[in-house]
Amino acid sequence: MSTESRSGSGPAQTEEMTVREAIRLALREELERDEDVFLIGEDVGAFGGVFEVTGGLVEDFGEKRVRDTPISEAGFMGAAVGAAATGTRPVVEIMFADFMGVCSEQIINQMAKNRYMFGGKTEMPVTVRTTEGGGMGAASQHSGTLHTWFAHFPGVMAVAPGTPRAAKGLLKSAIRSNDPVFVFENKMIYEQKGEVPLDEDYTIPLGQAKVEREGEDVTVVATQRMVGESLDLAEELDGDISAEVIDLRSLYPLDTDTLVESVKKTGRLVIADESPLSYGTHAEVATRVMENAFYSLDAPVQRVGVADVHIPFSPELENEVLPHGDDVEAAIRRIM
Amino acid sequence: MVAIDIESEEGQREALRRMLTIRAFDTKAGDLFGDGELPGFVHLYIGEEAVAVGACSALEEEDYITSTHRGHGHCIAKGLEPEQMMSELYGKRDGYCNGKGGSMHIADVDAGMLGANGIVGAGPPLATGAALTSHLRGEDTVALAFFGDGAVAQGQIHEAINIAATWKLPAIFLVENNQFGEGTPVEKQHNVQHLSETAEAYNIPGFTVDGMDVTAVFEAVREARKRALNGEGPTFIEADTYRYRGHFEGDQQPYRTKEDVAIWQDRDAIESFKQKLIDAGTITEAEFDEMESEIHDRIEQAAADAKEAPYPDPSEAYEDMFSATVPEINEFARQMRADGGERQ
Ligand SMILES: Cc1ncc(C[n+]2csc(CCOP(=O)(O)OP(=O)(O)O)c2C)c(N)n1
Ligand SMILES: [Mg+2]
Repeated sequence: MSTESRSGSGPAQTEEMTVREAIRLALREELERDEDVFLIGEDVGAFGGVFEVTGGLVEDFGEKRVRDTPISEAGFMGAAVGAAATGTRPVVEIMFADFMGVCSEQIINQMAKNRYMFGGKTEMPVTVRTTEGGGMGAASQHSGTLHTWFAHFPGVMAVAPGTPRAAKGLLKSAIRSNDPVFVFENKMIYEQKGEVPLDEDYTIPLGQAKVEREGEDVTVVATQRMVGESLDLAEELDGDISAEVIDLRSLYPLDTDTLVESVKKTGRLVIADESPLSYGTHAEVATRVMENAFYSLDAPVQRVGVADVHIPFSPELENEVLPHGDDVEAAIRRIM
Repeated sequence: MVAIDIESEEGQREALRRMLTIRAFDTKAGDLFGDGELPGFVHLYIGEEAVAVGACSALEEEDYITSTHRGHGHCIAKGLEPEQMMSELYGKRDGYCNGKGGSMHIADVDAGMLGANGIVGAGPPLATGAALTSHLRGEDTVALAFFGDGAVAQGQIHEAINIAATWKLPAIFLVENNQFGEGTPVEKQHNVQHLSETAEAYNIPGFTVDGMDVTAVFEAVREARKRALNGEGPTFIEADTYRYRGHFEGDQQPYRTKEDVAIWQDRDAIESFKQKLIDAGTITEAEFDEMESEIHDRIEQAAADAKEAPYPDPSEAYEDMFSATVPEINEFARQMRADGGERQ
């Protein structure tokens, strides 16, 4: 199995940083590495992005390459598609994933289809970063988790990091890829800290999940915020139940092998992802495992997600619908 | 008939009262947010009061409006109650959306308020739709869309205006040019000098009015409404105004100085209208003070009551998705509740 790649052979240098800092570092490194890389989005320049991810970049790379746009998602998403098709490497920021609705045409009919329709004659090296998830009282139009749409749609790739390390390595792979890649950042984990390799050539290949914690009794496949919550839960359960926690990282392509290998060992599977449950990311993970390890399963697969509702405003309601570690625990206990 | 006749003395006092109510409401909302009392984020309308009040006064109660993320002023101008709005800001059950919407989604369809909106540019197509209803049913109502200067860069706004113009629907498109979209000044978002110039592209009347003058906005909208009801189609109005506070509360505002803000505060819409009414003898200084203190007390009371009001029951999170009952939602909700019953 190929591993995370880095240059050189000495001991890897790492530094503790937040998810936000890891993303910013990846952007900075790629802007430095390749003149064709540029950022495009609303208030990504002097304002630094509403979640402060792109802060400081315009100062170092200038307004030409860190481009503030009018509030025209359809227009600048399409411009990014056209720019990518003609040789540059745009990194688009869509402030909230909910706004994908505004620019879906250019994604679904242009970005995703051009290469195929043109008989492989166009490259589409575009990266789209966006934020997902509830938890800050931002209500239904600023809290959605939509990544299943894009993971589902043929012609675009999708990743959703759960750690700072994954955030850096995946984003760099996305930018270097000649295909369209969506990077779904959960807005509640920007402050989450972890060790991140400083190597400028550290990348995580698209299509690889990562076992973040080994265990024997149950496999928890988690994404984004649910990775950290599942890891905390696994620590709490230690001694009682031994949980293996996998950060799915790449939604499409999906690392079937790592999932199957784990379930063959544990015999139980819980999938924790903030998408609505029907036709969700959970369903795809469950199917891949059942297709390949059905006879290793000792219990029904469990899904932890959102019950097909939008994220409501009131903290009481929002807390009710969002999945948390306690929901993962309940799911585990149902099948132990 | 108009909701508030700004040409009468009584109407002028009422317009002043509404503007003061908006300012008091949003000042309180800002304070509460600063104290960590309110979840989410709030976008305040302070400084722009004359636009909402001037426009909504010229409408009739049956008319519709669509609003923006900065919607508190539109709500109050359209006659919504600060008490229920405050409850919504707190996420309480007796708020306008039963706590599901919050500041950015206050709506009251019965009052003609089709919702504040978290999606920049999403309102105008809805207004075109409300105008279409009026047209289909042969009603004497219009629909007015409030939207920001930043929103003019959204494709769907132009599609909506073109449809309304081509079908001669009774719609009014009112852009609140407060000079910024988040941290980006208008000139970095648009190539025209006045946003109202865009109207030419649809062959509809378009002009810019002083959005710090409640009477000017009132007159412009009253004219537009007349045109709309005469079957002459939509009008595009640009109101020049300014937001005194950050884009949202907590915005550090690196993109402008205190002096920039002061230039507009010197032309404050409430202050100048108040002075005009005092000079004309429509209201005395003492009456004004009384009005202001009444409003202040009302808003304080609304906030205190909203704080004490009950939250919705968590189970309500699974209601309101459809008019029909969908088995999935209930089944998933049951599964998702940790012990199959109450969540901890
Ligand atoms: C489709 C969409 N894009 C971006 C945003 C983020 N956003 C919220 S308000 C805003 C600025 C809007 O500016 P303007 O229309 O001028 O309204 P103002 O805030 O000045 O009242 C932006 C970019 C959004 N809510 N929806
Ligand atoms: Mg504006």
